[in-house]
Amino acid sequence: MIKFENVTKIYLPDVTVLDDVSFEIAEGEFVSIVGKSGAGKTTLIRMILGLETPTTGHVFFNGQDIAKIDSVELQKIRRRIGGIYQDYKLLPTKTVFENVAYIMEVNGRDNEEIEQEVPKVLEVIGLKDKTNNFPDQLSGGEQQRLAVARALVNYPDVIIADEPTGNLDPYNAYEVLSLLEKINKAGKTVILSTHDREMINKLGKRVITIENGKIIRDEAKGKFLI
Amino acid sequence: MSVAAIFVLVITISLLTGLFFLHGVNTFLIKTIQEKIDITAYFTSDVLEQNILQVKDELIKDAPAIKSIEYVSKEDALKVFNEKHADNSVLSKALTEVGDNPFLPALNIRTSGDPAQYQEIANILNQPQFNDLIEKIDFSQKKDTIEKVFSITSIVNRFGLALAILLILVVILVVFNTIKLVIDASKDEIATQRLVGASSWFVRAPFVIEGALFGAISFVICFLIAGLTAYFLAPTLAIIMPGFNLFIYFLQNMLLIILIQLGGGVALGVVSSFIVIRKYLKA
Ligand SMILES: Nc1ncnc2c1ncn2[C@@H]1O[C@H](COP(=O)(O)OP(=O)(O)OP(=O)(O)O)[C@@H](O)[C@H]1O
Ligand SMILES: [Mg+2]
Repeated sequence: MIKFENVTKIYLPDVTVLDDVSFEIAEGEFVSIVGKSGAGKTTLIRMILGLETPTTGHVFFNGQDIAKIDSVELQKIRRRIGGIYQDYKLLPTKTVFENVAYIMEVNGRDNEEIEQEVPKVLEVIGLKDKTNNFPDQLSGGEQQRLAVARALVNYPDVIIADEPTGNLDPYNAYEVLSLLEKINKAGKTVILSTHDREMINKLGKRVITIENGKIIRDEAKGKFLI
Repeated sequence: MSVAAIFVLVITISLLTGLFFLHGVNTFLIKTIQEKIDITAYFTSDVLEQNILQVKDELIKDAPAIKSIEYVSKEDALKVFNEKHADNSVLSKALTEVGDNPFLPALNIRTSGDPAQYQEIANILNQPQFNDLIEKIDFSQKKDTIEKVFSITSIVNRFGLALAILLILVVILVVFNTIKLVIDASKDEIATQRLVGASSWFVRAPFVIEGALFGAISFVICFLIAGLTAYFLAPTLAIIMPGFNLFIYFLQNMLLIILIQLGGGVALGVVSSFIVIRKYLKA
């Protein structure tokens, strides 16, 4: 489903973040990407979403080269991806409810569905009593949970989660992780980037480890070994 | 920020409306001048009425753009003169002393005021077969004035139009930049909307609607300003130009003014939003 082919990313003038990286993620897989801070995890994720282009090499989504498709196609792909971003990327002028509703509108869901689904998702993620707050009226962890709610509400084909538990207490982190596992069991692809050793070891799924711009390990039942 | 956008829009639309008013004043002035323009051909004293009417027919035939043409006989001219100066004994006495009717039969020709038409009529009247009939043609002195008036109005028109276009271009740029500031504030928001997969139109629609709304609000303000200006300026203008009422002109052209103001405002708002948004959609 997602394929990196000899991808090198150099930030000008001379920061080589990824160096000739190749790997493939099949539909329905649960893949964790681990590596030290600054290893290039976020950069890799941004390339799947078409936010960065490889300096050389190609990134494919269902056989389409992300760097080459037109913007209409790119937006279609983005709608199939539920993203949880390290900096949340919430809409600051919209309330908690509207932030989740917006993404459903983008996918052409009707108002009735939205009225029904949004409260459910907010309930699951524990933000029900913050429905009418704006993002800057939420704590860091609450903002992160809102980002999770938004990513999950459309049942996207792929979930890309960049440090989705970085700001959460162990209880909430566990909740988010089990949500991701549940979604994966339903057949969706999940890509997770994290520092969290315990989390990875508990998962027992495929782990790709990046160091110095290279993939140094790619194991089907991986452990966090840095 | 939105206040700034509306303010600049109001200025632009008011400028457009001002130009429209100016156009009204201009048309009125030209019409007034044109109505005052006519040519009088005086015939020799002993010409037969029949011959004069023949010249008249010839003129109507060959210069169809003539507005009206009127035959004034010697007797008519005398009557008009007497009526006009009935209470002036000196003049009437002088006239009786002459004994005979000193007036000449004439044709009063009223034209549309176009200098070219002048030339045309002159050519017809100057034909050799009329030489013996016509004593003099009274227009050569006026001709210069008329041509001057025409060249001035056409210069004013052209200059005004050029100035207007320049001003409007400048103001459109200002409108554009003001709306750009408004939308710039939403730069990150647009990027996020794109990131979660929103299509171009989905992102664009609210901004374009906002632009249209700015235009519509500006229209309401400008319409009130224009109406009040016309209402309060009308008496003053009527003193300078008798017969011209700006407020009535405003009422008569209300539909057109609404079209200019609403159309101009909404179009400016929408187009500016559209162009500014384009930049962020690419990213
Ligand atoms: N736009 C940019 N221009 C220049 N350098 C950049 C840019 N974005 C990232 N980098 C650099 O690329 C490297 C990888 O950054 P990236 O954000 O991918 O790391 P990461 O693995 O996600 O780290 P973390 O775990 O801290 O989130 C870093 O050294 C960073 O400084
Ligand atoms: Mg990162």
